[in-house]
Amino acid sequence: MSGSVLFDAPGPRTVARHRLYTVLTVLGVLAALVGLVFFLDSEGELAYAKWEQFVTPKYVEVILVDGLLKTLQMAFTSIIFAVVFGVIFGVGKLSDHRPVRWACALVVEFFRAVPVLLLMVFIFFTWGVGGGFGPYWSVVLALTLYNGSVLAEVFRAGVLAVPKGQSEAAYAIGMRKTQVMTLVLLPQAVKIMLPAIISQCVVALKDTSLGYYIIAPGLTYIGKAMWTEFPGTHLQTAIVLALLYISVNLVLTFIATWIQKRFVGERKQLEVGMTALTAPTSTTP
Amino acid sequence: MRLTRFKVAAAAVLMASSLAACGDAGDDSVDGIDVDVQENAAEEFDEGTRMRELADSGTIKIGVKYDQPGIGFKGATDDAPVGFDPEIGKILAADLGIAPEDITWVETISANREAFLQKGEVDLVIASYSITDDRRKVVGQAGPYYVTGQQLLVKSDSDIASLEDVKGTEVCSVTGSTSLSNIEKEGATPRPFDTYSECVDQVLNGTVDAMTTDGAILLGYAAEHPDDLKVVVDPFSEERYGVGYSIDSPEMCEWIVETIEDAQEDGAWAEAFEVTLGKSGVDTPEPPEMDACA
Amino acid sequence: MEDVFSNFDLVLKAFWLTVQLAFLSGVAAMLLGTLLAAMRVGPVAVLRGVASTYVTLVRNTPLLVMCVFVFVASPNLGLFVDTPFLLKGTIAISLYTAPFVAEAIRSGINAVPVGQAEAARAIGMTFAQNMRHVVLPQAFRATVPPLASTLIAMTKNTSVVAVFGLTEATARMRDFVNDNADDTIAIFLVFALGYIILVELISLAALGLERHWKAAR
Repeated sequence: MSGSVLFDAPGPRTVARHRLYTVLTVLGVLAALVGLVFFLDSEGELAYAKWEQFVTPKYVEVILVDGLLKTLQMAFTSIIFAVVFGVIFGVGKLSDHRPVRWACALVVEFFRAVPVLLLMVFIFFTWGVGGGFGPYWSVVLALTLYNGSVLAEVFRAGVLAVPKGQSEAAYAIGMRKTQVMTLVLLPQAVKIMLPAIISQCVVALKDTSLGYYIIAPGLTYIGKAMWTEFPGTHLQTAIVLALLYISVNLVLTFIATWIQKRFVGERKQLEVGMTALTAPTSTTP
Repeated sequence: MRLTRFKVAAAAVLMASSLAACGDAGDDSVDGIDVDVQENAAEEFDEGTRMRELADSGTIKIGVKYDQPGIGFKGATDDAPVGFDPEIGKILAADLGIAPEDITWVETISANREAFLQKGEVDLVIASYSITDDRRKVVGQAGPYYVTGQQLLVKSDSDIASLEDVKGTEVCSVTGSTSLSNIEKEGATPRPFDTYSECVDQVLNGTVDAMTTDGAILLGYAAEHPDDLKVVVDPFSEERYGVGYSIDSPEMCEWIVETIEDAQEDGAWAEAFEVTLGKSGVDTPEPPEMDACA
Repeated sequence: MEDVFSNFDLVLKAFWLTVQLAFLSGVAAMLLGTLLAAMRVGPVAVLRGVASTYVTLVRNTPLLVMCVFVFVASPNLGLFVDTPFLLKGTIAISLYTAPFVAEAIRSGINAVPVGQAEAARAIGMTFAQNMRHVVLPQAFRATVPPLASTLIAMTKNTSVVAVFGLTEATARMRDFVNDNADDTIAIFLVFALGYIILVELISLAALGLERHWKAAR
């Protein structure tokens, strides 16, 4: 807890002041919440009629099956492909051959610098429409390329994080380069990577919402259909969508933390930067 | 794996439904016209034509809008879209002996209609699809089955009365539509949104000064809010909605024109209008004269 | 392709809007993010709770949903009606980015050696003085790389406002792609290049700042 080193254990006067702050904050937050509820009520936004569709069975079913399930499918499919992409290009970036290294670095750098939405629109209008693979796979492909590039960095850092003695020992007993990578480094790197992969799932899950722009299925698509069918319910629909995203993401974060503790230990989560020039972070939006 | 995932979803649905099975939102009434599905339709078409192929296959893919009430709209829980465009689609399909429930509806957005036809994703596009020379270079367009024009929807107390007044104002329309680039040329700041209903909200609450698109769509919204909204400016373009088909099947043009002409004569066209766009109080117009096929 | 080059002013105008959005949102997100970070490391438990609730809620919500709140739901309630669209974009993007900025700064604060804060405490500095003179200046240095990553991600995220009334680079690309269905690859590369330039400029600035501060240590 960093807080403890920043300030002394409070004395009686400070304790009193903190108590005042606490009371003020609680009052402020309560006042804001009550004010918000009154405001929304006076605008008629809390009326049952504006929320009824979210407790009507057939709409609940659509939200969960055509919305949430499709969103989860797109996110997980793209993460699985992204892991494959990440392993290939991560290994590529560690290659002994300079052209391979550079080509992989260029690809990874390109897809990390381009907005995933721009990528999605481009993929959809170039290969997604017509006899193409449609909006669903356009979203999956765009998310694969973007998250795969991030995971390539994660993977490279993961391999480099395996203690050097491991590969040295492997070479010493006569293993070849591929064997060292597949038998010694990869299994250990994957363990280190797992929490980062799951964190990336949160990113992918949030980014599936962008499929909205290219009429891909998912939560935001259902949301759009619902606020068009029930005019004036943008607020209600957005609140329901936000709650669904938050719940699923919290579950994912919980799993990531658990895996971190279970398999990786207390070590800090593996972090990578957004471009080749910037250093690690796990806080990218 | 797939089965278990489905079971989990089903369980979640059941649980959620039983917890919350008290609401009853939404409108179950299915509106739309009854069409006479031709029997043995395939024999009426020559061997080798696209119509024959479609009639033989017994199914057709039609691209329509899903987010424009009145023109083409599909609610979250609906099986098929409703609106004037889908009705025209049903009339055409019936002539091929294809029943409405055998039509595969495909959602199109303004931005992907040509691509959908060029790449064969759909057999027909009936999606408030204006006939233009540029478009006729890449796709076939038969019609018009409906004529309207770009106009402006403003608040009742708005100062905008003529097209010159839009200079310097903010005008909402749908991303990637011609209406938006037309109004940008008039000196207005374009405000692209995803659907027309969002634009209507933005006009109603005063965020933007006006919205623009085809008069048919605007009249519907104005009729929904007669005290707050009005349609101004004479149509400053003529939008002639056509049925899009692949440029590789020119024989479809004659068939589309003849079928729609029949529908105009026997009243199916007017009926289709009344149950969709006409519901908002707009008078049914005279059916337009169709272009001759090249 | 000729369409893009003969209308290149539209491309530049669109990227100018992207730059404005990124700059304004960046400044706003840094201010709000610093405030959130200070609340999160501060001594008042309730403030910590408020800040971490905000961070948890917003971090797990897609920016698109945030945009629906700001651009569509709020005006329907009479809020933000006369607010310019650029400002609304700034509000949506900075509200969404602030938690990530806060996390970056917090990790920077955690990176400041414990001895520094302890020494400041030992000579009798208050929490505010400690933050202002000792911890934050050092934390900002450690924060530069993760903050740069956050700002880069934010710059790319400005694309999300494309269907919320702002004709920025991604909205413009969509228009071009719509009119030139055969030329999507070339159009995409032009717009991708624009974003890459912006992103690498931020990276370079961060790298320069980091070197500058390292030398000053």
